[in-house]
Amino acid sequence: MRTAFVEEITKLAREDKNLWLLTGDLGFSVFDNFQKEFPAQYLNVGVAEQNLISIAAGLAMSGKKVFVYSISTFLTMRPLEQIRNDLCYQNLPVYLIGGGSTFSYSMFGCTHFPLEDLGLMRLLPNMAVMAPGDPLEVRALIRDVYRRNSPAYIRIAKKGEPVIHASDDVISLGRASKIRDGKDISILVSGRQLANALSAVTTLKKNNINCHLLSFHTIKPLDKLAIIKAAKETKGIVVVEEHFKNGGLGMAVAEILAQEGLSIPLINIGIDDEFPKGSGSQDYFLKKYGLSPEGIIKAVNKILHHE
Amino acid sequence: MKTKISIKLLSELKHHALNARRAVVSTSAMAGSVHIASALSPIDILTALYFDVLNIDSKDPGNPRRDRFILSKGHGGLGLYSVLVERGFIPKKLLSEYGQDGSILAVHPVLGSVPGIEATTGSLGHGLGMGLGMALAQKRDKKSGRVFVLLSDAECDEGATWEAVMLAGHLKLDNLVVIIDYNKLQCYGKVKDVLDLEPFADKWLANRWAVIEVNGHKFEELIPALRNIPKQNNKPTVIIAHTIRGKGLPFMENTIEGYYMNIKQGDLEKVLATVY
Repeated sequence: MRTAFVEEITKLAREDKNLWLLTGDLGFSVFDNFQKEFPAQYLNVGVAEQNLISIAAGLAMSGKKVFVYSISTFLTMRPLEQIRNDLCYQNLPVYLIGGGSTFSYSMFGCTHFPLEDLGLMRLLPNMAVMAPGDPLEVRALIRDVYRRNSPAYIRIAKKGEPVIHASDDVISLGRASKIRDGKDISILVSGRQLANALSAVTTLKKNNINCHLLSFHTIKPLDKLAIIKAAKETKGIVVVEEHFKNGGLGMAVAEILAQEGLSIPLINIGIDDEFPKGSGSQDYFLKKYGLSPEGIIKAVNKILHHE
Repeated sequence: MKTKISIKLLSELKHHALNARRAVVSTSAMAGSVHIASALSPIDILTALYFDVLNIDSKDPGNPRRDRFILSKGHGGLGLYSVLVERGFIPKKLLSEYGQDGSILAVHPVLGSVPGIEATTGSLGHGLGMGLGMALAQKRDKKSGRVFVLLSDAECDEGATWEAVMLAGHLKLDNLVVIIDYNKLQCYGKVKDVLDLEPFADKWLANRWAVIEVNGHKFEELIPALRNIPKQNNKPTVIIAHTIRGKGLPFMENTIEGYYMNIKQGDLEKVLATVY
């Protein structure tokens, strides 16, 4: 996904000398070519995330459109007030690109696990929040945020994520993307769990269970109509996300269902209200919280068979 | 380089500064608001900037080549509004609405609320980073605009301020100017008791800034310092302006309480008579 991001902004930068890229000393080797091709549109500000955001604001107030890269945790939490006041309150075209999904740095410990980034960003007015599920979503969303004149946060996974979409799929900011049609259970996914969800859907289909699979790459603005439709046309909803259950997509879906008076079984698969302990592989942590094809299948069966 | 200022200019600046001080006092009294002393200490600096130094046009406030001014110490907002009124950027009527329900002017400045406000401030330590971004954009675009950022002394307690100080020196942004309203008092005590900034000039020098120290109430010192920017090529400039919190309102001068005091409407006439 990171390569897709860099390739897209490189294309945009060739057309627009007001497109800038800032980093807080992260993204080693990934930005070498960008830096070489656009030295006047690039700056590494050092390990100083608060300043990173304020500088991006100052550039945006001078007519620039600024992409800012750092690891998801450092990018969203250290400078939260700069994001709130400088970017959102002033409503500026600064696009935060958070590198790494929740367990991309699985060996590193919770300092490096973005568990609450999407929820924090979702609270801020003017901010659009995204967690794309495959490289094609990354490309489309980068193009879409660049057309907005407001701040955005996109959390991207690191590398090796498979392409799920067909190359001619229409992917737009704010609209859930339908991956599979089905009348049994709706599966709503944000981020890189899309691959696991598709694998689960494929397995379930062999057992004649047809799932409606939606990629909620955009968490804000939330595609409310897609949620209502899923609730009305299927027997239950499973939300899958690499995030605290608190404040994530699942909670947003629950809120809409309650507000709309839609009574339907809902299972949220995400991280419990705790700091995941220890170290291990990405899969080790994901499996622990049911963020796997097996975990998703289990949730679907639970709704269908009241298990 | 010595720049002498004419007697005429000096008297004009003093006249504008007095008007602005009187506006701060009257507006605060009518609104029952606080932060009066913090709005008074930078009035002479703001007057020097807006009436002599800044390349700005009240009829074309968005010109991309203009100089920018950021009031990073947002709690002095009323001081800035008063000078903007005096300079013709915003109508005087807005001050009479200050503090009323639905007033467009908040105590701390908000971008886009009125012309002449270049950045939203109010939480300390944000202004210099934004100013750095603006100065960098001017440099890379080969434009001539300069960026002036007014910090409070206590704002230099903030880590984010020093992130920007280090980077500006490293980037050799000689179109960036910081002015410190060094009134030696912060919210809960004297600067030297809470978190002593001294040796203050040395900290800036060590970060590759050119340093000037002036009396922040003497136009004879402020104007030459502000006109001769950059002091050194390839270095940002800091003007450490020694000031008096509450300057011009004798009963509030140099008091810690000045940060929180307000003026009763009934006392306004008596108080205004003491403003200088």
